[in-house]
Amino acid sequence: MAAHLSYGRVNLNILREAARKELREFLDKCAGSKAIVWDEYLTGPFGLIAQYSLLKEHEVEKMFTLKSGRLPSADVKNIIFFVRPRLELMDIIAENVFRCVYVSCYQTPHCKLVKECYLENDQTSLYHTAKGLMTLQALYGTIPQIYGKGDCARHVANMMLRMKREFAGTQNQILPVFDTLLLLDRNVDLLTPLATQLTYEGLIDEIYGINNGYVKLPPEKFAQKKQGEASKDLPTEPKKLQLNSAEELYAEIRDKNFNAVGAALSKKAKIISAAFEERHNAKTVGEIKQFVSQLPHMQAARSSLANHTSIAELIKDITTSEAFFDNLTVEQEFMTGVDTDKVNTYIEDCIAQKDPLIKILRLVCMQSVCNNGLKQKVLDYYKREILQTYGYEHILTLNNLEKGGLLKPQTSSRNNYPTIRKTLKLWMEDANEQNPNDISYVYSGYAPLSIRLTQVLARPGWRSIEEVLKMLPGPHFEERQQLPSGLHKKRQQGENRTTLVFFLGGVTYAEIAALRFLSQMEDSGMEYIIATTKLVNGTTWIKSLMDRPESQTP
Amino acid sequence: MTKSKADEEDYWNSSKFKAFTFDDEDDELIRLKESRQAVNSIQRLVEEDDDEDDVEKVSWSGEPVGSISWSVKETAASNQRTDREPAFPKIPTDTPSLSKSQSGYSLSSLFKGETALSDSSIRLYAPELRKPKSEYKDYVSDWSPEETIQRLQQGKTAPLEKFRSLQDKLLLLDFAVSAHDGNVITAVLIYLKRTLSKEVLFRELESRQTALRHFIHYLTETKDQRLLLELLRALGRTEDVALLQYKEHLSIADENKRRDFLKSCLSLPFSAEDSAHVQDHYTLLERQIIIERGGKVEIFQKFPRRASILNMPLITTLYYCCFYHYSEPEGTYSSPLNIRQAFKISEKQYFVTALAARAKLKAWLDVDALFTSRNWLGFTRKKSPLSFQRVVDVLQKNSAPTQVLQDYVGLVEDPDMRISLAQKHKCHDIVINTYRDMKDRQQLLGYRGKVGRGSAEERKIDELLNNQQIRWKN
Repeated sequence: MAAHLSYGRVNLNILREAARKELREFLDKCAGSKAIVWDEYLTGPFGLIAQYSLLKEHEVEKMFTLKSGRLPSADVKNIIFFVRPRLELMDIIAENVFRCVYVSCYQTPHCKLVKECYLENDQTSLYHTAKGLMTLQALYGTIPQIYGKGDCARHVANMMLRMKREFAGTQNQILPVFDTLLLLDRNVDLLTPLATQLTYEGLIDEIYGINNGYVKLPPEKFAQKKQGEASKDLPTEPKKLQLNSAEELYAEIRDKNFNAVGAALSKKAKIISAAFEERHNAKTVGEIKQFVSQLPHMQAARSSLANHTSIAELIKDITTSEAFFDNLTVEQEFMTGVDTDKVNTYIEDCIAQKDPLIKILRLVCMQSVCNNGLKQKVLDYYKREILQTYGYEHILTLNNLEKGGLLKPQTSSRNNYPTIRKTLKLWMEDANEQNPNDISYVYSGYAPLSIRLTQVLARPGWRSIEEVLKMLPGPHFEERQQLPSGLHKKRQQGENRTTLVFFLGGVTYAEIAALRFLSQMEDSGMEYIIATTKLVNGTTWIKSLMDRPESQTP
Repeated sequence: MTKSKADEEDYWNSSKFKAFTFDDEDDELIRLKESRQAVNSIQRLVEEDDDEDDVEKVSWSGEPVGSISWSVKETAASNQRTDREPAFPKIPTDTPSLSKSQSGYSLSSLFKGETALSDSSIRLYAPELRKPKSEYKDYVSDWSPEETIQRLQQGKTAPLEKFRSLQDKLLLLDFAVSAHDGNVITAVLIYLKRTLSKEVLFRELESRQTALRHFIHYLTETKDQRLLLELLRALGRTEDVALLQYKEHLSIADENKRRDFLKSCLSLPFSAEDSAHVQDHYTLLERQIIIERGGKVEIFQKFPRRASILNMPLITTLYYCCFYHYSEPEGTYSSPLNIRQAFKISEKQYFVTALAARAKLKAWLDVDALFTSRNWLGFTRKKSPLSFQRVVDVLQKNSAPTQVLQDYVGLVEDPDMRISLAQKHKCHDIVINTYRDMKDRQQLLGYRGKVGRGSAEERKIDELLNNQQIRWKN
């Protein structure tokens, strides 16, 4: 089930096992039969570490979702609530229970932070992040070097160092797996999440949204037409698919630029067809047996190909539309610094057509970021148009965006974005989408700032970009943690170093793709492991900053 | 980076961001098709085994069978089918009006006389299950503020009630803050909120920014609007106070009450620009209430409204008025021109809204009049703040007939764009004239095949092709 977690260089199954163990021990603390009441939000993340069967083995007989009012009936000795530590949930629990019932709040295991795990992003989450990193070091050894950029990064590093002092005396005797920890604050790079991701996985997320590794898709293209059967009614339920690297084909194409996916799928189709054709060559009993034994694997491959062909077709309908192209053109103009100081006609037209507000906000924020703030006149104009068209109550949302730094008036006359762009080579002409040689392929030209910072840190080092680092918000720093003398790694010739990159405040699939690309580059000499508090895209990100986003659905 | 003008034009004409366009559209499509064909052909081959082809089983709802979220639904469903015995100690049977529906009734009705849900009942500890006797002393032991915080951090119990002096309480808070654990900080804050006067609490929080942030977050989450406002006011954060108070209008359903509330917001200390927006918001709702009452009956009978105009955005209101109140004198509240004036709506927005509304009604004369301006010689010509391409777009979306469309297609400046629009909307005359003006004999010849045989268009093309005076470029 989770075999894909052990393939990588760092065995993430250790982490999963640790979390399972913690869960089992917890369940065994309450003897006898039990029912679990779930905060619905947690069933997804918990699904990453345990199946229902594990719970059943530990006498969990009933499961409910947390709702206000009275609990459904269950003939069990214990009732356990699994909830996020959120105030409003506590009130519901208070409604749920009588005095004579034992309640236990089991907090989300804080080590669930790697790769596919999530934490709500607020002040408290920084503490949990630091704690999570301590757990991680307990399992994988002390990380000797810590780098960081941004206020939250500084905060987390400080907490880690303090927690370490509190443990003084107990030396961690595990040989370190990670050489470096890089803490990156999302605030440092506001631009990247606003841009439309153009990798396969990134586009799936942009268009349909990926939740805990699952995606829900419109069912039409998945309808199976069987021979001899009258065309059945089209399914109306969305098709739900799991997406992870356990699926060979998905692992192969998830990080590719979408324009290279068609070719990869057709190549795969030829291989699979050829394999099925083999049956004609099977003459002897032995050969037939051999063929039959391979059938399950081949059929899995066939079904995987069918699914991804359908998804690619769905996405292609959108990426080839005029609206998608126009939007992308404007994004690319902003990122290359074209006319960012004027009111943009395309945005104006989109407002006049009442396109979704989130799309408008994403573009306006992007223009603001690429111009280091908008001229007061331009900002006022956009605000007016937005409030007149979408309603005055969005004053509140606009204020949130300003507080978040995404939308702001230009304060100094100097726009330093071009300097940042040039120094970090954020825009590459002729990005090669088919056979990429640079991370900029993930946005078809734009190299994500966060990943450039990571790349430069590995080589030639941040000292070479001191000027630009000062232009970006928040402090940058370096800390060292002493290792016991026996644990210094003796590196083999040509052995890669490993860096854990922690994105505080979210990361996009395209950024992850770019980091994996760097890991695979032959001469990089660096392996990257990615951790985050949240997976984001422009839409979910803007939504999280909106006042009452739910009132937005038309 | 100053590119020379020529350079720049060259750049735009040549590339205009080729990135992420398909090198060869057809080629790419064919590839996906290949893959689709392969999938379909293999599927026929293995059809009979289709049901067990996947790595994991998926239930009707789409979740993999055996996953936690799937099981939650399954066990809940089976529960509904079977036993109805309450899991918790039986409720006294004389409890009034317990409906039979599954979970519709609220527990709070059963708590009569109890303050179980009030603030004071929030336990400041996370109780552990079945405590052994040996741990019982936990409840009675005498912990210092520092030890108390440590225990809370470990999820153990520790009573806060015994800390009575202000000094002790603040010590608790400071230790909690330096532990950085948000849950513990909040727990202490709840205790302080209950036992300190507001003045003292606010004063002490002012010098403790981290605790203050957590307190504001707590009040926001628990929707304790009143105390939050008091706190922000005490801190002198006037703009935040204004916005927070303004936000309350969203929860007022009655339009007259909402209007009065917005009016009371006008005196709040907003920033200068927000203040103007809030004023507009109030004026808009005030007008909407008046507009909602008025209007001629006939048009509403002919085109019944789908929804009330109350609380709709300004531009939607303008559209409504362009639809139902178009020709009213400028002095009335519902006149589109009056609205445009009052809210300083930009020319473009006004234009595009009026255009869409009149086109929807198929009032083509009104549409025409929007574009007409007379110059000083008295000639009329069509002018638009919007590109004619967009105009055609709007008209077409409102299903304008070809005769109307062609007037505007002909005004599109770029010849290539004009031709492609004209072809799309079958405005033959425009296509023919444009090819003639471009002196493109080949294209004209090609287009001859697309018009009806023996039609007026065909004759016109033939005439042109035979015209000796035109110097064709090809």
